[in-house]
Amino acid sequence: MTAAVEFLNVSRHFGQVKAVDGVDLTIAEGSFFAMLGPSGSGKTTCLRLISGFEKPTGGALRIFGEDVSNTPPHLRNVNTVFQDYALFPHLNVRDNVAYGLMVKGMGRAARHSRAEDMLALVHLDAYGDRKPAQLSGGQRQRVALARALVNEPRVLLLDEPLGALDLKLREAMQDELKALQKRLGLTFVFVTHDQHEALSMADSLAVFNEGKIAQIGTPQDIYDRPATRFVADFVGSSNVLPPDLTRAMGGPAEWASLRPEVTRLAATGPLAGQVKALRYLGSGTRVVIDANGTEIAAMVPAGQPVPAEGTTTAIAFDPGALHLMGTA
Amino acid sequence: MTASAIFPAKGPADRLTALFWRHPRVLLALLLTPPLLWLGVVYLGSLAALLLQSFYSIDEFSGVVKEEFTLKTYGELLRPSNFDILVRTVIMAALVTLACAILAFPIAYYAARYAKGHWKAAFYLGVMLPLWSSYLVKVYAWKLILAKEGIIGWAAERTQTSWLIDGLLTIPGLEGSSLSTSPIGTFAVFVYIWLPYMILPMQAALERVPNSMLEASADLGATRAQTLRTVILPLALPGVIAGSIFTFSLTLGDYIIPQIIGNSANFIGMAVYQLQGTAGNIPLAAAFAVVPIGIMLVYLGLARRMGAFDAL
Repeated sequence: MTAAVEFLNVSRHFGQVKAVDGVDLTIAEGSFFAMLGPSGSGKTTCLRLISGFEKPTGGALRIFGEDVSNTPPHLRNVNTVFQDYALFPHLNVRDNVAYGLMVKGMGRAARHSRAEDMLALVHLDAYGDRKPAQLSGGQRQRVALARALVNEPRVLLLDEPLGALDLKLREAMQDELKALQKRLGLTFVFVTHDQHEALSMADSLAVFNEGKIAQIGTPQDIYDRPATRFVADFVGSSNVLPPDLTRAMGGPAEWASLRPEVTRLAATGPLAGQVKALRYLGSGTRVVIDANGTEIAAMVPAGQPVPAEGTTTAIAFDPGALHLMGTA
Repeated sequence: MTASAIFPAKGPADRLTALFWRHPRVLLALLLTPPLLWLGVVYLGSLAALLLQSFYSIDEFSGVVKEEFTLKTYGELLRPSNFDILVRTVIMAALVTLACAILAFPIAYYAARYAKGHWKAAFYLGVMLPLWSSYLVKVYAWKLILAKEGIIGWAAERTQTSWLIDGLLTIPGLEGSSLSTSPIGTFAVFVYIWLPYMILPMQAALERVPNSMLEASADLGATRAQTLRTVILPLALPGVIAGSIFTFSLTLGDYIIPQIIGNSANFIGMAVYQLQGTAGNIPLAAAFAVVPIGIMLVYLGLARRMGAFDAL
């Protein structure tokens, strides 16, 4: 498989701040790749390194095998869907979409017909004459998508593309983006801080923390087998157990992660504690139990009895559900 | 003891605020009446009086204003000696505006996009500082700067480039014994005096262009020049137009700079000054004063048609 984007020990330091620090990463051609992490973790800087808005202070960056460290953004065959969409307010939707073709010198009729094709692809056929200000957030997002795709980029970059949409629209756009990517066979790289979005959309993802990659893998890898305590906590909202607690629950003296979904409440078990907080989630209730100073969350599916706050309960789970993460 | 759900009104301020809350239009009316009176009666009213005067005429023998409607006074504007004044003033105003726009853009662009913290404060201070000193002092200072013995002449002599200034001063229409008695001097001082009025609105307009807009343009393959032409300039245009309204109309109406600096050729402002003073021809002075208003209306109409305000 060809590598669409390769980071070779890439760093981007802003003075003392190491926004990206020694990142090694290979993004396969045709994949839907997610960069996941909390804000300030370096994921957006990595995206901007690919688009060319940031220059690496160390290491090398390749796009389809070519070193782009000295290539300005306008000469890179990659396009970006910006977080705020960055549609040009003085141009109508059609001219916004045709902008990339216009600056490359394509004639008016040809670029308008291409723009219309692209608008049809994102279901905005009838909106060519409108100004961006006359569109809803979801429509603007589609225009931004069409404006990037019309240039037939080799890599499409999406910076928190769904962040500004409401839940319903976000879910619809997730499906649509995924379908579009499959249909076009393009490499999509998208940045998000939403773990559900990353897990549900990406073929593979990198979890960023403090300028470094904490783990790379498929969504299953990362969810089931988090490499570090940070990944377990950030991606899965997992319980992170210190070594002594892991041993108390029948495992070796190592850090371990335990997902709330596989944690049950029981009358007796290796570990017991007081119910500290309840959070109703619709599909179930998240029960947080204080076990000797460590908080452990368990999911009680809807329909099953939920203990009251302050009562004592024990925790049970299949021993295989404990995922060990070493002693460090 | 439980607190009441309603606090008692403690004084006139509470009662007044409550009154305004119940009758929102009262506050609006109170706020708007004084400025509307000023704008409507004093400001627009005197403008209407001016317009009216321009339709009167002066009796050539007695010098008395005849208060009956006529277009004769406007006809006089078309007399070659008067028409020259109009053409000269409009050309000067257009050139001054163009020069101000060209000089202001890089400064405004830097201030809007790059200047932060102390540099931004230094920018505002640098642009505004000249506005704090007397207009007359600045104009007279320029007279000395531009004079034959002034710093420019001195510098040209020292660098042996006096031939350049002498050459400029022999160009037909720009003749003068020195820069301070040539139209070049008038132009330079106009540009100097009005430049801040171009920089500030331009800077405000450029500041409103988000960075991501410029990145999007580059991302889509545009060069810097293409981004400037197709994104930055259209988005900054309302600011450029606002600035040009200042520089253009201020030049159209000014009567001090061309009087002190240049070859004493008449400009609209000077003509108005002389006509309403020594000549006592108020109708013709009014007609002259109406011309800049007409020109600005045409100018704004054209700007609007060209889409200058689409990004507003």
